[in-house]
Amino acid sequence: MANPAEFLQEDLTEGGQILRLSGSFAIASIGDVDGRLRQLTADVQKIDLSAVEHMDTVGAWLVHRTAKESGAEIIGADKDASRLLQAVSGADQADIPPQMHPSSLNRFLAEVGHGVVVGFTTFLQFLGFVGQVVKASFILALNPRRFRWNAVVQHFDMVGVRALGIIGLMSFLIGIVIAQQGAVQLRQFGAEVFTINLIGRLTFRELGILMTAIMVAGRSGSAFAAQIGTMKITEEIDAMRTIGVVPAEALVVPRVIAAVVMMPLLGIYASLMSVIGGGILCWVVLEIPPATFVQRLREVTPMTDVWIGIIKAPVFGAIIAMAGCFQGMQVQGNAEQVGLKTTAAVVQAIFLVIVLDAFFAIFFSEIGWD
Amino acid sequence: MDQPNIISVKGLCNSFGEQIIHQDLDLEVRRGEILGVVGGSGTGKSVLMRSIIGLQEPDAGEIRVFDEGMIGKEEDEATDVRRRWGVLFQGGALFSTLTVAENVQVPLREFYPDFSKALLDEIAHYKIYLSGLPADAAHKFPSELSGGMRKRAGLARALAMDPELLFLDEPTAGLDPIGAANFDNLTRDLKETLGLTVFLITHDLDTLYAICDRVAVLADRKVIAVGAIEELLAIDHPWINEYFSGPRGRAARRGHGEGNTDGKQELHQPGRS
Repeated sequence: MANPAEFLQEDLTEGGQILRLSGSFAIASIGDVDGRLRQLTADVQKIDLSAVEHMDTVGAWLVHRTAKESGAEIIGADKDASRLLQAVSGADQADIPPQMHPSSLNRFLAEVGHGVVVGFTTFLQFLGFVGQVVKASFILALNPRRFRWNAVVQHFDMVGVRALGIIGLMSFLIGIVIAQQGAVQLRQFGAEVFTINLIGRLTFRELGILMTAIMVAGRSGSAFAAQIGTMKITEEIDAMRTIGVVPAEALVVPRVIAAVVMMPLLGIYASLMSVIGGGILCWVVLEIPPATFVQRLREVTPMTDVWIGIIKAPVFGAIIAMAGCFQGMQVQGNAEQVGLKTTAAVVQAIFLVIVLDAFFAIFFSEIGWD
Repeated sequence: MDQPNIISVKGLCNSFGEQIIHQDLDLEVRRGEILGVVGGSGTGKSVLMRSIIGLQEPDAGEIRVFDEGMIGKEEDEATDVRRRWGVLFQGGALFSTLTVAENVQVPLREFYPDFSKALLDEIAHYKIYLSGLPADAAHKFPSELSGGMRKRAGLARALAMDPELLFLDEPTAGLDPIGAANFDNLTRDLKETLGLTVFLITHDLDTLYAICDRVAVLADRKVIAVGAIEELLAIDHPWINEYFSGPRGRAARRGHGEGNTDGKQELHQPGRS
């Protein structure tokens, strides 16, 4: 293998010193020579390269830097070495501006300000986007022939049918958990039978729809954002616009419709699965037979609870689909953005769903549906 | 140490499912040359490069780089070979969370962790200069660069370790003609200055005429011919005829007709000692 890089200092008769370099001045054998060259304090007049076996750009850079800092003359460079020295010597003509590091307080303030601005602009853009979707829906309602039935049916399948397994299983388990926890707590008062009230009212009114919405946001809202975001990067959406296809009509409306239609169906299905799970637990643990369970359930769960679920579900569906499509449309530039926006879509959708759910809860209590 | 062939590929077979890409492909890359690899779309130029640099496990065959077998090497093996080559991917493949200077320093930090911060910065800056980028590009993120600048930044990273062997995957694709010509000149200058061996995949006929010492033609699942362009022109193969004698091929040949002969002399000088 090559000898490590080395240098010797010798005094010159005419004053000053000469550096005699030897060994291989290449990246792999440079060792600590860089540090030692930096610490040189002597008045170097000449740098002799004649004993250097091999040089690459790193070695050439060290020689060049040392020569420049001490104003020394380079002697004994062979053809390769002078070519390399020539090549690296241009690098210091343009001085690199140092990187600016603002103080941590400044950075904090800048980040907060940036967050506020982004929050407001995103909100405004989202409003604009909702407007676009509403406008596109009206245009499609007036021109039903432009409506994309195939796309809608395809999204029915993706959002609804393919979600049946996971939503069913999740709801079934949640039903069991509610019933079990309810039974344990209510038993202390000898009021186990009220477990049925708990299951019936909670699932139809709140949890069935809410858990479905969270699952749909995670499954379909994210998929919408990723699909549309990818189309944005590959310029498919620009291509649509130039051809004269309105992306809101072609991409957003079918997805929103699919989510709006599928959410109530999935919500009802999820509520039923929860009731089944709760019913099985009541049967096994509390020894309430299924016939009694169903009869009691019908007595204690008002029909308005079911209506509340059915009214909320399409609104949640629309919010989830629009948040997904909106974030997808916000993607710009590179693939990293798709991931960021997909995450943002899910977070935004779940957040909005829960906020709206709180409003709905107050609203329905106020109108006497409790 | 001084084997004449930097890369030697023997009997390489690659396939994706039913589709056979390479069958008994042989190729040799000599020390100090720029080898251009051409072929129609889907003839497996990129697959060949990926096989050589170990990103694609071939079905059969032997690949030797710097006289070391590359087949079946894990990511953490053959580091001695890996530090002697640099690869420029088509889109630059820069790490998007790092600035250009940090991108260049990634291989250095990996292999030479005891280099001082000051030296790393200096190396990054002169590499960036060598690759033809303006100095203020050092602190920019890849997303702030144009396509051509990203390629140059990718080249700066590929050159970070002072490699002996450079792989370029379609370096001039997507560049304007001036940018492409500049990149060609840059490649040739770097090859002459640093004594590189270059494996160059390209569609660009001007690049072939301007800088390649030899050209390998991929067709019919193998390398059907290797040689200087004049030698290839004498071969009677429909694809080669169409490629070099089509309107674009003729135009490129006219453009590099006379003035290139003395340039060629220089190109054949041996690389580093």
